[in-house]
Amino acid sequence: MSDVKNILLVGVGGQGTILVSRILTEGLIQAGFDVKMSEVHGMAQRGGSVTTQVRYGKKVYSPIIGKGQADILVSFEKMEAVRWIEYLKPDGIVVVNNYEIPSLPIASGKEEYPQGLIEALQGSFKTVVVDAGTIAEELGNIKTQNIVLFGALVKALGLDEIDWVKIIRETIKPKLVDINIKAYNKGRDI
Amino acid sequence: MKQLMSGNEAIARGAYEAGVKVAAAYPGTPSTEILENIVEYKDDIYCEWAPNEKVATEVAIGASIAGVRSLSAMKHVGLNVAADPIFTYSYLGVNAGYVLITADDPSMHSSQNEQDNRYYAKFAKIPMIEPSDSQESKEFLDEAFRISEQYDTPVLYRVTTRVCHSKSMVELGERKEVGFKKYERNIPKYVATPANAKVAHVRVEKRLKDLEEYANTSPLNKVEYNKNTKVGIVTASIAYQYAREVFGDNASYLKLGFTYPLPMKLIKEFASKFETVYVVEELEPFMEEQMKAAGVSCIGKELIPNMYELNPDIIAKALLNKEAETKTVDAKVVGRPPVLCPGCPHRGFFYTMSKRKNTVVTSDIGCYTLGGLPPINAIDTCICMGAGFSAGMGMAKAFEVSGRDTKVFGVVGDSTFFHSGITGAIDIVYNKGKMVPVVLDNRITGMTGHQENPGTGKTLMGEDAIQIDPVDVLKAVGYKTVKVVDPCDLKAMDEVVLEAENSAEPYAIVTRRPCVLIKGLPPFKTKCIVNKDKCKKCKMCLKVGCPAIYFKDGTSYIDQSMCLGCEVCMQVCKFDAIEKVGE
Repeated sequence: MSDVKNILLVGVGGQGTILVSRILTEGLIQAGFDVKMSEVHGMAQRGGSVTTQVRYGKKVYSPIIGKGQADILVSFEKMEAVRWIEYLKPDGIVVVNNYEIPSLPIASGKEEYPQGLIEALQGSFKTVVVDAGTIAEELGNIKTQNIVLFGALVKALGLDEIDWVKIIRETIKPKLVDINIKAYNKGRDI
Repeated sequence: MKQLMSGNEAIARGAYEAGVKVAAAYPGTPSTEILENIVEYKDDIYCEWAPNEKVATEVAIGASIAGVRSLSAMKHVGLNVAADPIFTYSYLGVNAGYVLITADDPSMHSSQNEQDNRYYAKFAKIPMIEPSDSQESKEFLDEAFRISEQYDTPVLYRVTTRVCHSKSMVELGERKEVGFKKYERNIPKYVATPANAKVAHVRVEKRLKDLEEYANTSPLNKVEYNKNTKVGIVTASIAYQYAREVFGDNASYLKLGFTYPLPMKLIKEFASKFETVYVVEELEPFMEEQMKAAGVSCIGKELIPNMYELNPDIIAKALLNKEAETKTVDAKVVGRPPVLCPGCPHRGFFYTMSKRKNTVVTSDIGCYTLGGLPPINAIDTCICMGAGFSAGMGMAKAFEVSGRDTKVFGVVGDSTFFHSGITGAIDIVYNKGKMVPVVLDNRITGMTGHQENPGTGKTLMGEDAIQIDPVDVLKAVGYKTVKVVDPCDLKAMDEVVLEAENSAEPYAIVTRRPCVLIKGLPPFKTKCIVNKDKCKKCKMCLKVGCPAIYFKDGTSYIDQSMCLGCEVCMQVCKFDAIEKVGE
């Protein structure tokens, strides 16, 4: 159990967490790890909170983890980072996209989007803040946010021995490869 | 070659390798991707989306009788629909092998209940196999077909959400060409008259005894002894992975892949070696009850909950009183419930219904359950597929016999209409129901991720098909008026609803507009935008519950990256403050 690393990706349905987990698992497999991954389908995908868990090591049993088990939490949205933070090990790293997607109670004016989330995370955990939205917009495609975050994840985990650029080339549609490699490098440089 | 596969992909691969020739299903989370992946092997396997699980199962049973290996797949509640044929096919027995795959959903990630379908094996007196990861999901299927043919029985193949939707490594094999078995008329075997069934039942009881013998030596049941362990764990399915994660080499395991009939001899022998025996199983005490009845001393549901899915944490806490250290942060979060998508055609209909007084809306399984969420709150019930019409009929009759004038609108989707809405629609006409059936026709099976259905004009295998129009069906069964309306045209929607409830003759509504997530739709060229100068901050636009609309710093905004220009909000705004932009 001790050599198994746990990655928790969280976000909002439609943000591209699944593509990131596909690239991630492909790279980990090529590097010779046993890998298990778990994701949600169905109703939660309709604008709800979504999670993907990736576990890798010499031998992995459970495809899911419980609270206090993730080595790294990558959140594609600010509030989601706080929602899932209990799943992070006390000495784990949180990579958080400095990006807000209001949920319906907020959008409808019933609740306020909570303030001070980044500061709260920084107060308790090693936190990497990524302006993936701004970076992706500068690159010319807001949808590449997920790959910017993926770059930041690779750096935080120190998974440098894997040729991620090659895997991005193999996984993503040809016409979107170049922009996504740029997005990946931007994420790596944070 | 090894590949990372989900359990569902692995089952599809397993069907291919086991020489399956016919597969049928109705989509339902978490089972949907089984047939979506079987279609990859369509050169070797005929596969179809059937209108419902009962039809799918009967198609597969027919194929099995005719002599080719077949399967049907469904979510747990789908087996309730398919229960009728499977109970009788248990008595008849197979010709070529037949496997029914049930995908249960502990924790109800996308379901209306969390029934434990293992009891169906006991109830229908058929053997059950439970894989615990993707490799087993593929591999065990071959043994399932072998058992089906050797013991002349349908086999229940039970998986759960975490087996279906988690991915792990799978070693691929070759397809085994099993050919087809000769079909010959055999009336005593295949015609379930009372006289034949009486004989068949004796055979079924004998078969269960034979299967228990098999269970004790089945290659699907494995003992993993670890040295110097005082704890023995009897477990199956995904719960094995969790138990293994928590106890590691500090316990020994009896890991069952063949779970009905239970290998009681093997269990007793295993249990006798340990001071403590735990039964680690998800949901109900299915194995534990039988073990205790057989006199095996064990601990299970006294400590492990019988609700919701398990995980390593729950087991560690329940059995070892160990909890991982966690840290929280000092911040609050707001809930993020699922919601009708921006541009969803259902929004216009549900918004229309949300404004009405003294009206009941009986809804159904699918995206329309989302019509029950705030701020729309426009539905009264959701029971099961098809009940949108028939439960509505019952409510209408109850209001009628008790002298109340509450209006009833019953809702089903297009796929649900073909699944089991048609029978309800017939009941309303036949028995003079004072209610209005509404088909929310978005041209696809939506919630499960866009599968073809009898209304789409395409089959699972990608062939063109006769496109069955719910309008024609409703007219054919006796609705004098069937009005087709664009649900995003709120004025038209209001008019049709009013006309329908005042109609003396059977009246049905079909709202028609495609799901915005369908691939290959023409691009959405217009968007809606708030003109800040005109916005009176009345928040009316927020009442349509669109995730693209938000209120910030005293004004409404529309997220331009999400808006698809459906114009529902635009029609709701009394001050013309929402404008159309684009072509």
